Amino acid sequence: MMKFKGLLPACALMLSGVANAQRVDMPGGPAINQLNLTTGVTGIAQDIAWLHWMMLIICLVIFVGVFGVMFYSIWAHRKSKGAKPATFHENLTVEIAWTVIPFLIVIGMALPATRTVVAMKDTSGADMTIKVTGYQWKWGYEYLDGPAEGISFLSNLGTPQAQINNLEPKGEFYLMEVDQPLVVPVGQKVRVVVTAADVIHSWMVPDFGVKQDAIPGFLRDTWFRAEKVGTYRGQCAELCGKDHAFMPIVVEVLSQPDYLAWAEQRQAALVTSADDPNKEWAAEELMARGETIYNAQCVACHQATGKGIAPAFPALEGSPIVMGPMAGNIEILLKGQQGTSMQSYAQLSDVEIAGVITYTRQAWANAGNGTDPVVQPSQVRDAR
Amino acid sequence: MSSVTVDTIPGTGEDVSHGHHDDHAHGVPHGWRRWLFATNHKDIGTMYLIFAFVMFLEGGVLALLLRTELFMPGIQFFQPELFNQFTTMHGLIMVFGAIMPAFVGFANWMIPMQIGASDMAFARMNNFSFWLLPVAATLLTVSFFVPGGATAAGWTLYAPLSLQMGPGMDLAIFAIHLMGASSIMGAINIVVTILNMRAPGMTLMKMPLFCWTWLITAYLLIAVMPVLAAAITMILTDRHFGTAFFNAALGGDPVLYQHIFWFFGHPEVYIMILPAFGIVSAIIPAFARKPLFGYASMVYATASIAILSFIVWAHHMFTTGMPVTAQLYFMYATMLIAIPTGVKVFNWVATMWKGSMTFETPMLFAVGFVFVFTLGGFTGLILSVAPVDIQLHDTYYVVAHFHYVLVAGSLFALFAGAYYWIPKWTGRMYDERLGKWHFWMSMISFNVTFFPMHFLGLAGMPRRYADYATQFTDFHAIATVGAFWFGFSQLIFMYLVLKAYAGKGEQAAAKPWEGAEGLEWTVPSPAPFHTFETPPVVR
Repeated sequence: MMKFKGLLPACALMLSGVANAQRVDMPGGPAINQLNLTTGVTGIAQDIAWLHWMMLIICLVIFVGVFGVMFYSIWAHRKSKGAKPATFHENLTVEIAWTVIPFLIVIGMALPATRTVVAMKDTSGADMTIKVTGYQWKWGYEYLDGPAEGISFLSNLGTPQAQINNLEPKGEFYLMEVDQPLVVPVGQKVRVVVTAADVIHSWMVPDFGVKQDAIPGFLRDTWFRAEKVGTYRGQCAELCGKDHAFMPIVVEVLSQPDYLAWAEQRQAALVTSADDPNKEWAAEELMARGETIYNAQCVACHQATGKGIAPAFPALEGSPIVMGPMAGNIEILLKGQQGTSMQSYAQLSDVEIAGVITYTRQAWANAGNGTDPVVQPSQVRDAR
Repeated sequence: MSSVTVDTIPGTGEDVSHGHHDDHAHGVPHGWRRWLFATNHKDIGTMYLIFAFVMFLEGGVLALLLRTELFMPGIQFFQPELFNQFTTMHGLIMVFGAIMPAFVGFANWMIPMQIGASDMAFARMNNFSFWLLPVAATLLTVSFFVPGGATAAGWTLYAPLSLQMGPGMDLAIFAIHLMGASSIMGAINIVVTILNMRAPGMTLMKMPLFCWTWLITAYLLIAVMPVLAAAITMILTDRHFGTAFFNAALGGDPVLYQHIFWFFGHPEVYIMILPAFGIVSAIIPAFARKPLFGYASMVYATASIAILSFIVWAHHMFTTGMPVTAQLYFMYATMLIAIPTGVKVFNWVATMWKGSMTFETPMLFAVGFVFVFTLGGFTGLILSVAPVDIQLHDTYYVVAHFHYVLVAGSLFALFAGAYYWIPKWTGRMYDERLGKWHFWMSMISFNVTFFPMHFLGLAGMPRRYADYATQFTDFHAIATVGAFWFGFSQLIFMYLVLKAYAGKGEQAAAKPWEGAEGLEWTVPSPAPFHTFETPPVVR
């Protein structure tokens, strides 16, 4: 294996023609050529790592025992060495022994595992609760209680498309970075309520020992208590469509004072940035706002060109919904389209929805064609 | 005891002492009619094996395309949508197109010859169950070229993702229905043949273990293929006819799909491994020149594994968030499977113990099977521990685990069986030197491909990813090199088989293996078109 280590990355570099950034272990994520489970920063993750070591050692001992016998036999009982075949073909004592002993070993394995299963499922007595929603292809976070109550945001992949397409060197956190991480306090029991908006996703953070499927229409919960300040990373673990590999999870664990400061600052920002819903917005303002939203929320499916990817992701350029009266356009954003990956975007604000609709009605070849080129936030509010 | 003594050896094809068999008059049919209208179990068996090998190549090419994209981080060759289609179709084709039909091919060839029957019980149904398969394979392959391409929902076709797919999904559903119908008919045929057509004196507990494992597998197939049919039909009606089995907004439940699927899916993994146990249990005694150790316990262990397979399905779903009692129950039940499986491994090792072993290619593959399959068994045991599974679920550790049991398990056993019986099928010995090359190349490259995946999974690399963090690069690169090495090694096998079928190579004796036991070795090599028209009497 050592031989391959230098050779293969060298080939990789030659083929791509783009030098990868120097690779280093990712803090809170995988190390280079990591060989074993992380011990993590929660009691559960440590228990899991311990259970895995226990299983691994027991299995290795049995493995060496059984295959020691087999390879000795292969070496000693060969025809070429003049071995004469014995004729025995059963032995009740031996057969009972090798049924009962494994049974006892299995019980020995199950006992410590039982304790951890029970601990993992015990979400009672949580200090705070966060709702996590899986979307195609990003995560939504919502603080349900505590100082950050009411704060909610979407967390998108932070890696630029150019790195994925090998046009730029890949960064240290390639594919495991987001625009807005989830922020939690250290040492607190955080209950995570997990659901999804479209298909099944799975919220995983190996350092917390947490992996919980996000099931559309159902709430499932899990918990963690991070014991160390730092940033911890995971990825979506349930196949959820084309950008399954591009919806990472980043959790920032802050000290209690830092967390309170963060919550306060976010709460304050929430108040000042609250848009006046009755204001009449200029088309340019809505366009600018809408373009940001489009590039964060829509571009993965409908593409920067607005041409989509047929047939699953329809083109917005020339689309009858985008060119037609605004009511239909507002409705599809608020309610989604049953049976497709077009989910409801009702979690966006009125201004954001009005902006993105306005943007799609004026971008590309849509500009100047169709009805209702500008949609006002108040009109979105009325449609809700 | 599986060893049998034959009193009378029946006619060998030249036997024309009685005129009441019309088929002697027209003999072997010729041209395309021989294959399209085939009712002979040997011809149908051959067609199954050829079909399975073609599908093995198609699924293999898809796997190599996946590995090509995964050679290094970044998207180089295939966009994620297409990558997901390759992943899905690789799984479906290997499971339903390659492994399952290959075992049915072995069953067709060997079961009648091993129990002293003249043919399978329902010869025309046998024909139909084969000819459904090329149709299904065509549907699957064509689905790449419909708008939106093939289904990209993973071979498990989880709802609601499978509800989002294009028409490729419907083609896959129809294909799976056809393959399921084919499997059910094949299974019924095998059950009836084994229960009703054994030669006089061939009691159940004298049958070769291959027949036993197939009898139990056939019952599993009859029990669970309809369950799979139900699951995919529910997807079909959810997609097109307004039902909402899996749509929570209308009162359905996406997790219901997983329960139904894995109620099929877990027995399915034993469907793909039990006949392999049967093949290995024939080969190890033959080359150890010593009877199989613990024949009766092998039968009981096979039956226990089959029964347990129905009550462990939700260990595939630990991360869905089941109640604590359900998690504990499914964990305990799953761990129990290690016991009968362990008994089998111990029995094989005890069979080898104090034997007089030689290591021709079938034995190499059989011993390789025991060694590498057991590694997959151990990782299975580790995964049965629910907390560890929650860390490893849907990571490359699981990919490594099931390739250890499916490739090193089922596929290596199929190779072992093919080398063992090729002299009987073709009348020619394969090239022993090249056979050994095939074994060693496959064995080494298999481990180069899949062993590093354990590390990837432990480090948290999720499966079904088109792109990955740069920290995972080296192991992925090694796996890709191993995969190409493994893929090209299979061409040796193809060459060897074609050569034997072309009638080149050393003439095979009726019983080419010194220690082989069983009725199939009492007929000449190649086996005549009709065997055991008068049943042999087994003492």
